[in-house]
Amino acid sequence: MATLAAPRPIIRSNFAWLHLLLIVGSAVMLTPFAFMLLVSLWPKTAFMARSFPLEQFTIQNYVEVFRQIPFGRFYLNSLIVATTTVLLQILTSSLAAFAFSRLRFKGRETLFLLYLATLMIPFQVTMIPNYIVVARFLQWRDTYQALILPTAFSAFSTFLLRQYFKGIPLEMDEAARMDGASSFRIWWQIIMPLSGPVLATLAIFNFQAAWNDFLWPLIITNDEAMRTIPIGLAGFQGQYSTEWHLLMAGSVIALLPVLILYILGQNWFVRGITLSGMGGR
Amino acid sequence: MALTPQEQPLRPERSIAYGQSATNKGAGRGAFRWRPDQQWEAYFFLLPSLAGFLLFVILPVLGSLLLSFGTLRLNGAFNLAGLDNYRDMLRDPVFWRAVRNTVYFMVTIVPLQLAFGMVLALALNQPLRGKLIYRVIYFMPVVTTIVAGAIVFQYLLNRNYGPISQIFWSLGMQPPNFLADPTWQKPSVVLLTLWKNTGFTMVIYLAALQGVPQELYDAAQVDGASPWQRFRNVTLPMISPTTFFLFVLQMIGAFQLFTEAFIMTRSSGGAPAQATLTVVYYIYQNAFIFNNMGKASAIAWFLFLFVFIFTFIQTRLQRRWVYYEVS
Repeated sequence: MATLAAPRPIIRSNFAWLHLLLIVGSAVMLTPFAFMLLVSLWPKTAFMARSFPLEQFTIQNYVEVFRQIPFGRFYLNSLIVATTTVLLQILTSSLAAFAFSRLRFKGRETLFLLYLATLMIPFQVTMIPNYIVVARFLQWRDTYQALILPTAFSAFSTFLLRQYFKGIPLEMDEAARMDGASSFRIWWQIIMPLSGPVLATLAIFNFQAAWNDFLWPLIITNDEAMRTIPIGLAGFQGQYSTEWHLLMAGSVIALLPVLILYILGQNWFVRGITLSGMGGR
Repeated sequence: MALTPQEQPLRPERSIAYGQSATNKGAGRGAFRWRPDQQWEAYFFLLPSLAGFLLFVILPVLGSLLLSFGTLRLNGAFNLAGLDNYRDMLRDPVFWRAVRNTVYFMVTIVPLQLAFGMVLALALNQPLRGKLIYRVIYFMPVVTTIVAGAIVFQYLLNRNYGPISQIFWSLGMQPPNFLADPTWQKPSVVLLTLWKNTGFTMVIYLAALQGVPQELYDAAQVDGASPWQRFRNVTLPMISPTTFFLFVLQMIGAFQLFTEAFIMTRSSGGAPAQATLTVVYYIYQNAFIFNNMGKASAIAWFLFLFVFIFTFIQTRLQRRWVYYEVS
């Protein structure tokens, strides 16, 4: 079928132009990060005078930031929320995907279509009633469960996992059943271990989405102690709007975890994006 | 002694999960046949996911529809008020400003993002050295927290200290006030969004490009096609499904722009700048600042309807320009 070798170059001449284009583009992509570091590692006088002499290098800003706002607490909150959300998503989605791909029950196709339909619903439609129920009714404002539960169900993950599960041969299930295994055991001991790659991809992808989520934590938390990193950073920005040295330090602190995670596992990230882009093909 | 369903050996099925039963008893159409014993198991497996969806997606959707037809007071009382919220929304000049702003963003961001993404993907699809590094770099903004990105751009565009303003000064020109001048606020948001999301379209296009069979290029070359002709007649059609997908996705994303405007251009009092007020921002304002849940829900449904109709129209139109390989 299709050969996946690198195609014959469209531009036959030397690649200098391409490299030039890519380098310029890279510079554009990296410049914001560079300035983030620059302004954060020099005292206030530096960015105000717009000069950054080497001898004034300092990490004082970072110390100051940690003193001014409870970044440690924000980290903890983000970590708890993101991790639990991802775990719940994977758990519920894989169970559902198992049913959709390997169990035969009435209404299976219709129900799956319903799942797919929910992908089209913009978050803003559900956020208001969710807010009313969660914050006013249940009085769960400023709680972990309020941050986690509404986003813990992912139709997209269910879709991807179902696609993946369908590729696992049914013979394995049958062999296990003949040995007397229940569906649950098949799910837990056969299907899940075989799904390592797609689970890892989903985990990283969803973790990043949960970590960077802004609108829902914004409306459901008021107490500073319960804020996640994006909200905490936004609040910090509101308070210290001209203290760029501190704001930059705060920004670096905020995005460091996901950035490190990304650099270490960027293959998984890209796979996740590509899978979503190619619709799981 | 009858065997329980669990103990009965499975009949050999001809195909996998969607298997046709070998004996096909009673199914008539010969299609997928459900098994009663698996019905209960299915419920057990589906329960967590389904419960969550019901509680946090399906019911809220209905709830917001209900809300949009009435007024919810702070004490919890809810009065039906017919189409009042919708009428209020359609007569509201601020609402229409939000719509205009949002359309502006959609029309500027999406084509640029697709174009840049494609160009970069084409470049990266060549046998170059350091491809991986480039890919890592271009994708980095995509995974950054949008708040951090917006704050940095605020600095970059800052009138007094920002490097971009510096460039203007050094050229002897007065830099515009990017974040306070209405003429420049929109482009600033566009710039931030492009920086953040181009890597995403690039990566998806790259994957699509790598799926284009080499034979097609070879055949075109044999026919004497120029590089541009090859691009136009082989590459573009072959990746048109991806273009379609990205187009729809990004349009919907642009319609939901919120955080960028919230961080970059809100005033110190917290009010959004008029030039960058987006539909979602207006929903947020109505629901959580003005406490007008009914109107906010009406606007949210407007958003929903738009997304739905837009996707529907695009799906219809794709027959005209999207090329799907018929095998």
